[in-house]
This record gives sequence, C-alpha cells and structure tokens, in this order.
Amino acid sequence: MALPALPARLKPASVWALYALGLMPGLYAFYLGIYGGLGADPVREFEHLLGTWALRFLCAGLVITPIRDLLSVNLIAYRRALGLIAFYYVLAHFTVYLTLDRGLILTSILGDILKRPYIMLGMVGLLILIPLALTSNRWSIRRLGSRWNSLHKLAYPLLLAALLHYVLSLKSITLEPAIYIAVVTVLLGYRLVRPKLMERRRARRVTATR
Amino acid sequence: MSLYRPPRTQSSEITPREVYLSRRSFMAGTAAGLAFAASGTALAAPLAATPSAYKVADKLTPKQDVTTYNNFYEFGVNKSDPAANSGDFKPTPWAIEVGGLVAKPQVIDLEKIMTEIPMEERVYRMRCVETWSMVIPWIGFPLSALLDRVEPLGSAKYVAFETVVRPAEMPGQSGFFQPLNWPYVEGLRLDEARHPLTILATGLYGETLPNQNGAPIRLVVPWKYGFKGVKSIVKITLTEKEPPTTWKNSGPSEYGFYANVNPAVDHPRWSQATERRIGEGDGLFGGRRVDTLPFNGYADEVAGLYAGMDLKKFY
Repeated sequence: MALPALPARLKPASVWALYALGLMPGLYAFYLGIYGGLGADPVREFEHLLGTWALRFLCAGLVITPIRDLLSVNLIAYRRALGLIAFYYVLAHFTVYLTLDRGLILTSILGDILKRPYIMLGMVGLLILIPLALTSNRWSIRRLGSRWNSLHKLAYPLLLAALLHYVLSLKSITLEPAIYIAVVTVLLGYRLVRPKLMERRRARRVTATR
Repeated sequence: MSLYRPPRTQSSEITPREVYLSRRSFMAGTAAGLAFAASGTALAAPLAATPSAYKVADKLTPKQDVTTYNNFYEFGVNKSDPAANSGDFKPTPWAIEVGGLVAKPQVIDLEKIMTEIPMEERVYRMRCVETWSMVIPWIGFPLSALLDRVEPLGSAKYVAFETVVRPAEMPGQSGFFQPLNWPYVEGLRLDEARHPLTILATGLYGETLPNQNGAPIRLVVPWKYGFKGVKSIVKITLTEKEPPTTWKNSGPSEYGFYANVNPAVDHPRWSQATERRIGEGDGLFGGRRVDTLPFNGYADEVAGLYAGMDLKKFY
C-alpha cells in the first residue's frame, strides 16, 4: 500500500516545511511566555514544553523505520529533519534550564547535575545527541560509511535516556507519562524483534521466487 | 531569624476587599465580566475576618495565580485542572465528622462553627514539594479551637484527616488511570495539630475558598510541604498510632509523614534547596529563585516540636 509519492522536485521544499512546522510549537510557546500566556509558572512551563517536544520528535524519528517495514510507507527523507528538530528543542530546553530556571548559578547547576539521576540522564541524552546532530549531513554519511549506521544506533539509548529523564522528574506516573512509556517501549521493542522479522520476510521472498 | 517581623506590608498596601469587589461589579457589566462570573472563582463569597499577627512580610502571590495554579488531584493531575474542572463541586452544605479518641465525638456543621469561632486572616508562605512557592492570605481558625470542642483523650497522639470522595463532582476520582487512592488522607502529630500556626482555612483573599483551593475547608500547615494541606475535609479522627497518609503510601521513600520543609533534606530525585516564587517576574523573564528556609521560615516557632529527632530520618 504505497502512498502516491511526492514529485521529486517538491521533496526539498517539503523538508523545509517540516522544519518550519516542527519549530512552530516552540516559537509559539516563547511568544506565549513573553506575553504572560503560560500560566503562573511560565519558566517551568516553557522548559517542560521544549522538553516534551524534543521527546516527541525523537519518537517521530524512530517511527520512520517501523512504518517503512510494516506499512511500506517510506518517509526516510524526513528522518534527518525530525532528528535535528529534536536536537534544537533539546538545546533550547537545556538553555532555558541554565538561564531562566537556574539563573546561570554554576555551583547550583553542577550540584544539581551530579546529585540528581534525572538531570544526569538529561545530560547523557544531550551528550549522545551532539555527535548525532554533527554527523547529520551527507558529507558525514559518505565519510563514515558503515560506521555512520553504527554511530546512529545511539538513537536507541538516547530515547531511553530522554524518557527516563522525563519520567523521573515527575511527582507521580499519570496518564501522559504512561503514554510516552508505552510509545517508547513499542519503538525500542520493535528493534529487538526486527532482525527476526526481516529474516523471515527475506526467507519468504526467496521461497516465492523459487 | 524571626519570621513574624513587624508587618512591613502595611494593610493600606493590600487592595481592600471593597475595591476588588467594586472592580468585579464593574466588570460584571461587561461581556468579559459575565464570562468571569461564570467561572468557578466567582462563586466565592466575601468572608469577614480579623487581621492576625501571623503574617509574613513577603509580597503576596496574585490571587489569579493562587486560584489557577495548584495541585488537587481529585480534579485532575495538571496544575490548571483544579480551576478548570471544579465547577460542579458543591461545597455547601458541609459537615465534618470528628471522632476517634475524643470525649465528645460529633458531626460539626461548618456554617454553624464559622459563626461560633472567630475567623482570622493569616498571611503564610506555602512551599510545594515540587519546589515552587507562594504567599497566600488565608482566612481560617486554629485547628486547636476545633480540637478543644471534642476534647481529645489522653491516649490520642495523632490527628487523621480525610478528603471527601465524590466522583460525580470530582472528575479526577473517576476514569481508568488514577495516580492516587481515594480518599486522600493526611495526618499530624497531636502537638503539631495543636500548634497555633496550624489552621483550618475557610477562605483566601477575603473570600470563601474557591472550589479548586479545597472548598469549603482545608488544612494549612505552613512549615510543611503543601501536600500536607488536605482539602475539602469531611472527617477528622484522633488516633493513637501514626495514621496512613496518601503521598507516603504512594512513595514511602520519597514522601514522609512529617514532610517538614527542609532545604537540607533533598527529595531523592530533586533538590529542595531553592524554590521559584510564583507570580513574580514578567512572563518568562525576571522570575525569582529564592533559597528555601528550614521549616519554610517558621523554625523559631516550630523547630522545638522536633527537638532530638533526626530530620533526615523523619522526613
């Protein structure tokens, strides 16, 4: 069930549209924050919105493969944009944490990072994301060859770190984090069964052509 | 450091009730005013109270923030949910069943007791375990005044509280995913309950409590984290043993029975050293993170209650 493919000449434009659309929620939240539309604790709300959107785009990036495998819909051309949008949200989230939230008081920030597991996990996520973002370009793919694929498998521990960073920061597990836990479990669980699935599919194809 | 410094905020600096009431009646003439009147907040009625000496000098958190940003899981888990989902809640008539180890167990009619015990206005700090804080002008009366009426027996060591269970009026109490067990229960040691700072609040900002803030009557213990302030109380029981409490049941390694505000004892997952004052700053900028004080700044008054106790162990 292949979708009608977008004409090739519209592809770059659609990728740029994805960037614009993807960054919109963050810009809108910033606008709301400036004009007092983010409620009583705008800094925390803004910080959390940026983090949540980062998590959403990380998940979206990891949805590309399963839907290509299972639904034969190929959106691989958009995966880099999804990953980079997630990276921009993480950077903004981290910047708001350092400045608006902690007021750049470095001793308190360092103490926070070293003592709190969830903040440490956030930092781990950021550190993983940096090399992934830096190699999200054609030159790096060509240069790194098969190592690029291995490097970008870091997306899996990254998503796990991001999820735990979010869940451990909450007072209790409510419906919203439960949904993210379920989504991430499915996305990462799929990677465990995927090799078997692909193998079976290949075997079937081989018997069919015989 | 003494907390009850001579009040630096002159009463003349606080907007008198008549002024906001007249502003409200002005607004009622406009479309915006009509929409405002339809919201839950407007159900609050003026409530007279005498000013009390228990008043911190900090700047008050705007009423708009106090009434739209709080935790009351019975109406939903987000901090905007209580204001949004509490419109169907009916706080009148209201009765509180007071029993257990007392000489005179009784069902107390709230309206009646509010005419018998003088109402006081008290400006307290409120520190949430989630590291945000407010300064709120409560109206209420000392819990000890109520305890005196029921005459606790010598064997009574603790006071247990219970919130009402009304799934039809409290949307957070129904549905398939509920983070807490109902009823919400809380407790205090009897000496904490009898401390003059401990009040049952029936109002804030010169009016009866809005539904979202725990109408019609809630506990306020200013030196403890906000979750100790059990809302919409229907039952008070004097006990010999430490009663179960909701957040301790839900996460005993993270939330204790005492829950005294303590910057030196961190939550296992986050620091309690600082707090963000709600309602200060302009939008995203200019907000203020302040140092959290031991016992939320009430150490002079209450530290003696815990003499000899290891507060790291009894958190």
